[in-house]
Amino acid sequence: MKEPVKIDLNLVKAHGLTEEEFERIKRILGREPNFTELGIFSVMWSEHCSYKSSKPTLKKFPTEGERVLVKAGEENAGVVDIGDNLAVVFKMESHNHPSAVEPYQGAATGVGGIIRDIFTMGARPIAIMDSLRFGSLNDPKSRYFLRGVVGGIAFYGNCIGIPTVGGETFFDESYRGNPLVNVLCVGIVKKDMIVKARARGVGNTIFYVGSSTGRDGLGGASFASREITEESHEDRPAVQIGDPFMEKLLLEATLELIKSGVVVGMQDMGAAGLTSSTVETASRGNCGVEIDISLVPRREEGMIPYEVMLSESQERMLVIVKKGMENEAKRIFEKWDLYAIPIGKVTSDGIFRIKDKDRPVAEIPVKSLTEDAPVYLRKRVKPAYLDEVSYLDIDTLPRPDDFNQVLIKLLTSPNIASKEWIWEQYDHMVGINTVVLPGPDAAVLRVKGTKKALALSCDGNGRYCFLDPYEGGKIAVAEAARNVVCVGATPIAITNCLNFGTPTDPEIFWQFTRCVEGMAEACQYLGTPVTGGNVSFYNENPTGAIDPTPVVGMLGLIENTDLICTPWFKEEGDLIVLIGDGKISLGGSEYLYLIHGLKKGRPPELNLSKEKALYDVCLKAIGKGLIKSAHDVSEGGIATSVVESCIINEEKFMGARIDLKNLEKEGERDDLLLFGEVQSCIVASCSPQNIDSLEKIAREKNIGFRLLGEVTGKELIIEKNGKKLISQNTANLYKLWREALSLKLR
Amino acid sequence: MKFGVVVFPGSNCDYDCYYVIKRVIGESVDFIWHKSSNLKGYDCIVLPGGFSYGDYLRTGAIARFSPIMKEVIEFSKNGGLVIGICNGFQVLLEAGLLPGAMRKNRDLLFICRYVYVRVENSDTPFTRLFHKGQVLHIPVAHFEGNYYIDPQSLSRLKMNSQVVFRYCSKDGEVADEFNPNGSVYAIAGICNERGNVLGMMPHPERCSESILGSEDGKLIWQSIVKSINERLAKE
Repeated sequence: MKEPVKIDLNLVKAHGLTEEEFERIKRILGREPNFTELGIFSVMWSEHCSYKSSKPTLKKFPTEGERVLVKAGEENAGVVDIGDNLAVVFKMESHNHPSAVEPYQGAATGVGGIIRDIFTMGARPIAIMDSLRFGSLNDPKSRYFLRGVVGGIAFYGNCIGIPTVGGETFFDESYRGNPLVNVLCVGIVKKDMIVKARARGVGNTIFYVGSSTGRDGLGGASFASREITEESHEDRPAVQIGDPFMEKLLLEATLELIKSGVVVGMQDMGAAGLTSSTVETASRGNCGVEIDISLVPRREEGMIPYEVMLSESQERMLVIVKKGMENEAKRIFEKWDLYAIPIGKVTSDGIFRIKDKDRPVAEIPVKSLTEDAPVYLRKRVKPAYLDEVSYLDIDTLPRPDDFNQVLIKLLTSPNIASKEWIWEQYDHMVGINTVVLPGPDAAVLRVKGTKKALALSCDGNGRYCFLDPYEGGKIAVAEAARNVVCVGATPIAITNCLNFGTPTDPEIFWQFTRCVEGMAEACQYLGTPVTGGNVSFYNENPTGAIDPTPVVGMLGLIENTDLICTPWFKEEGDLIVLIGDGKISLGGSEYLYLIHGLKKGRPPELNLSKEKALYDVCLKAIGKGLIKSAHDVSEGGIATSVVESCIINEEKFMGARIDLKNLEKEGERDDLLLFGEVQSCIVASCSPQNIDSLEKIAREKNIGFRLLGEVTGKELIIEKNGKKLISQNTANLYKLWREALSLKLR
Repeated sequence: MKFGVVVFPGSNCDYDCYYVIKRVIGESVDFIWHKSSNLKGYDCIVLPGGFSYGDYLRTGAIARFSPIMKEVIEFSKNGGLVIGICNGFQVLLEAGLLPGAMRKNRDLLFICRYVYVRVENSDTPFTRLFHKGQVLHIPVAHFEGNYYIDPQSLSRLKMNSQVVFRYCSKDGEVADEFNPNGSVYAIAGICNERGNVLGMMPHPERCSESILGSEDGKLIWQSIVKSINERLAKE
């Protein structure tokens, strides 16, 4: 690439900056920026790095809590206290756009990026989870995306040796052409070993470590660089290439380095690479930095400073090392055959200064790129579509004649079918902590050396959010929390990815704001502060924006690994109950979409005080050993939930005999009772002698408690007042449910 | 007695093996860096799973050139016990300590799941606490675990009782549908002629504690301990 001679307005716009922003840059510098400086401003002021549209809205999230050690926004990931002098570092991040261009590498580098955010804080990553969205699998492009994304996650996670323990995958036409790839990573660190991403101590040395710098991923954070010059053929696509082996070495070397006590601060070179890592560490440390980019190792000839500063080559990090300890740092990285090159030092003047040997390249006040970057209060308008879609007259829906067929259709719908085809491709056991394997409501990982375990769940129903962003946002938090409660964990904190369309569209921004408000209310009420996450805007395809999709990554804590609950029925003769009393609804349900082709109605109501009471009941019952299984009621309703409890343990299928007579006050339609969706409800099983004690706990909390039936041997029978609605062999249902996804991909 | 777990760049089951040997089995164990060239004082060497050298070129193909491998070969020639798990098995094949080769799984996908294997030979230092025909519930996690060996060499393996584990059903039946990766003769693990080098694709370290759902792998570690203790007692 050649440096353009003159910075004109076209070039400014091609960098995604507005005229006003350009004027602001000139005022800050007291002169015109040069090309490198323009590039630096463009990436640091991009939506991705600056959160300029979302910042004011995100302030609504509760971020305080007694367990919170590092709050949202303070560092690259949140940190929560789990006792025993241990802390959990966790964060979720999206890699939607790269995955839409190149699914395999896009997803792989998404995994790589979030892992670096965790171990640069000194934590050893112990698990990955993914939340994925694709268009309908009838579209070959969606199948291509699914194969690529899953392959990329497997490639990276398996090789680096961090188990991918589950997640969720959902298919809906709104994601056609714009898949969502959100990756959650969780790590564990001793409380006194947490490393901050701060440059501190004037004179301390800045090290560049990891891979060399190339042109890959150039400007991935902000713009299409090919509009800049005629010589765009020199540029590489904006998707980076991942090297998990290199990252594994970086991970081990970094943790060894931290142990040695020479580290002051550290940050991954993620989006906006060398630029953001130097600027952000300096900004957090309230200091300046000076680097000489001639020292940066490169994998290509003839790179100009602009390219070096904006490259997003993977597996690179910035480490600030105590003065005088440089040789110890070098020794450790050399052991792992890695580059570790001192490229600059911490200064006191608050200026980000770049030199190329002796030639000055850029000089920018650090804070102007971070805290003082522009922030916009975007316009928001209630979307016009809402009035039309929120009305659903269920009396106009034809009643199915054969509920067996409906049940099978639901169980084989990719949204409900087993995701085994996906998670079997992930090494979900490496690390030997995975106590509850993928499939159930939440994954459970023991914490070695303690009696504790962590429960993880990802959730976010875009369909609900489309129909009612506020309720949908609330539900995303509640459902994720309920999932960890079902395995016996207390929900303690969340991270999130907020996936939306274009923020300058007032209707999209309304969706965004309402979703955040709903999530914030639920987080506040349920006592689960937000410790971090990211925002992904501009998720659009030719037919419009994706459904608003906030994804919640919930962290739950189990104090005693002897008290872990699983969702499958255990023994014949056990009683099956529905705990909780949310109102069953067809609005936004998978049944309504799949069978009647409608995305309409209001999502099921969520009463947060009932929800919280359900957690208390469920956790108390698990703690006292009163229930043998617990499973959330979600997509596909109560019938689906019961089937899943019959078949989710492939080692031992069970049957069930259910009578819906106790649900009659919900409505007279059988399809509503069977397949309608509901909040704040779980299907649980217990031995007959415990049913009274269990009911007592529920009544004390004023929570609904209804007997559904009993666990049997092989058949699933659902009836209502003697009328048989469903009669199926569960082994057969298992086969259909298990194979559905792989059949779709054949 | 002392175990050594070799750490190649890219090994990722090294910590797991270390943990199980130390905390579950209660034996002494060290990590051995791949650039080391000294195995003095060790009684059993573990080549753990993972992606040594990123599995670039071919699984295990670069790791075999690590300085430590020369020592591992020497160690095995002197009768020392060597167990290669998953990637470690692949390294043993590449290093020529065991016969045969690995291909990509039949379905061309990485596969991580619990399977069943049947003990074919309970007369090795690694399997002596099992009985012949015993079925283990044990996880696999690999992309290249489709074991291949030519028919002639296979008959030699069989004749010498070198086939140690075969994939099977819960009840011990060997059939195609229970073979997760397409391995010849449903082979999940083999040993050398002398019986002191074992390679296996399934991960015993992942099923050595009840909290993880199966303890079937524990007997492999305990078999090793027993064998070594007997030898040490003789010496």
